[in-house]
Amino acid sequence: MILDIKNLSKIFGKTCDMCLDETGAKPNSSICPKCKSIVGVNRVNLSLYKGEVLGIVGESGSGKSTLLQLIYQDVKASEGEIFIKHFKDKEGKTKNILDANLNELGDLRNSIMSMIYQNPRLGLNYQFSAGGNIAEKIICSGVKNYKMIRERALYFLDKTEIPNSRIDDYPEYFSGGQQQRIQISKALSSNPKILLLDEPTTGLDLSVQAKILDLIKELQHEIGFSMVVVSHDLGVIKHLTDITVVMKNGQIVERGLTDQVLEDPQHPYTQLLVSSIL
Amino acid sequence: MTYGFLDEEAKKEIRRSILKAIAIPGYIVSFASRELPIARGWGTGGLQVTLAIINESDTLKVIDQGCDGSVNAVNIRNFIKSVTKVKTTFSTKEASIIQTRHRIPEQELQEGQILVYQVPMPDILETVEPNTAKQKIMHANADYSKLWVLLYEDTSLFGDSRISNRYPVLVENRYAMDPSPIPKYDTLKLNNNKALQLFGAGREKKIYALPPYTKVEPLKFEDKEFLVENFEGKVCKRCKSSQSFLDELYNDDGSTSYYCNDTDYCDTYKEGKL
Repeated sequence: MILDIKNLSKIFGKTCDMCLDETGAKPNSSICPKCKSIVGVNRVNLSLYKGEVLGIVGESGSGKSTLLQLIYQDVKASEGEIFIKHFKDKEGKTKNILDANLNELGDLRNSIMSMIYQNPRLGLNYQFSAGGNIAEKIICSGVKNYKMIRERALYFLDKTEIPNSRIDDYPEYFSGGQQQRIQISKALSSNPKILLLDEPTTGLDLSVQAKILDLIKELQHEIGFSMVVVSHDLGVIKHLTDITVVMKNGQIVERGLTDQVLEDPQHPYTQLLVSSIL
Repeated sequence: MTYGFLDEEAKKEIRRSILKAIAIPGYIVSFASRELPIARGWGTGGLQVTLAIINESDTLKVIDQGCDGSVNAVNIRNFIKSVTKVKTTFSTKEASIIQTRHRIPEQELQEGQILVYQVPMPDILETVEPNTAKQKIMHANADYSKLWVLLYEDTSLFGDSRISNRYPVLVENRYAMDPSPIPKYDTLKLNNNKALQLFGAGREKKIYALPPYTKVEPLKFEDKEFLVENFEGKVCKRCKSSQSFLDELYNDDGSTSYYCNDTDYCDTYKEGKL
């Protein structure tokens, strides 16, 4: 098991003892009736094996992106535990990444996990060239050899079909789809064990969407990292993932193999979701 | 008036900051920068450090860009002399405290000497990250990737770093440090220096330090050479030395000649005492 999430919760605002019990899919609300706090993620349990691709679907506000941010530590969780196989304490036991100190956190984000955001502006630094952006991630993972950095940056740009001659151009001179591909190159350049994707193709036109999805899938097969994909687009989920969980009001209401969940949805909310595909 | 212009409490506070800075080489320590008869940004950081550590047995030398005779150096030297009654000198060898702006003396410093730098901007991360709160987190995390990316971009576009002065250095493989705007030529002299090196930034209210024999390395890629200014084939017109950092000066007819930047070195070399 590469990623193991236990009872993970995120509450925005002050907390009371009713927050987690009185919100969720059944009460059909994310707002605690007593203290009015918003529960983003409500006692989520998840596990992911090596090379597996997990999809998270759900309507907007269901806590998909928050869950991803909790894993990548962009947002601090309120309670719960996250274990990653490669993240161990001094005795060699896997350690809860919520207890990671600043240095360990850097290591975690630089060499164990990578995140691809919906908006390339969040994942790229526009002050740096395309190559510089990729170099940043490679340098963070500990490589201080110019030739190696340059070659690796070129390799990943090549993989994502960005012409090598454009390595020193700045991200703003690329199209939206190309910027997204640079972001993918950057995320992959540190050889992560887990790749987190937050709506990677939303906002791109269909042909570019298909290209990027094919690319991600191909690289995943080739390199063999595990992935967590958040999307509200069931097409993307179907195309990319092995297993799927459905979220509603911060809770997981259904989980299973992707084709099973999409062909034979059990939970009323999943049925609604699947039947509303255009 | 108390000895050394500053009152005893102020000196105590500055000394305490200096001690902390020495204890953590390269780490930036805040201090309460005092008002002085010269404006902030004109060497008040170095001046306060000097005033806090100086006593009657010291011999003081003040240089500005290697020169004992420039306005800033003369004024600061005269001021310190008037409030401390210490002996002053132009000689690098004789001085026990050398206050400097933007140069490290050409002659090798010795144990027991103290080199005090006047620093305009104390944090090297300021060149890549404007937010001071983020700079602190980056230092805490030893996250200097942005400095490295700057180096990477310069290397990929121009073949080498474009930084000519204030070249980022790593202290004991931990803190990235601003060596003040000394030329790249001087960067290697920071390493394993026998003298105590103190850095004061008055306007920015910061002090940092390098104890004697500290490992200081310029930021560079493993597979790249660290290149400094090259004066090959040029000699100082006055002392004929070819081993020093040279200034290029224009003559009236438009031609150029070269002179030592360090005036004491030039004098000593000319007298044949080196």
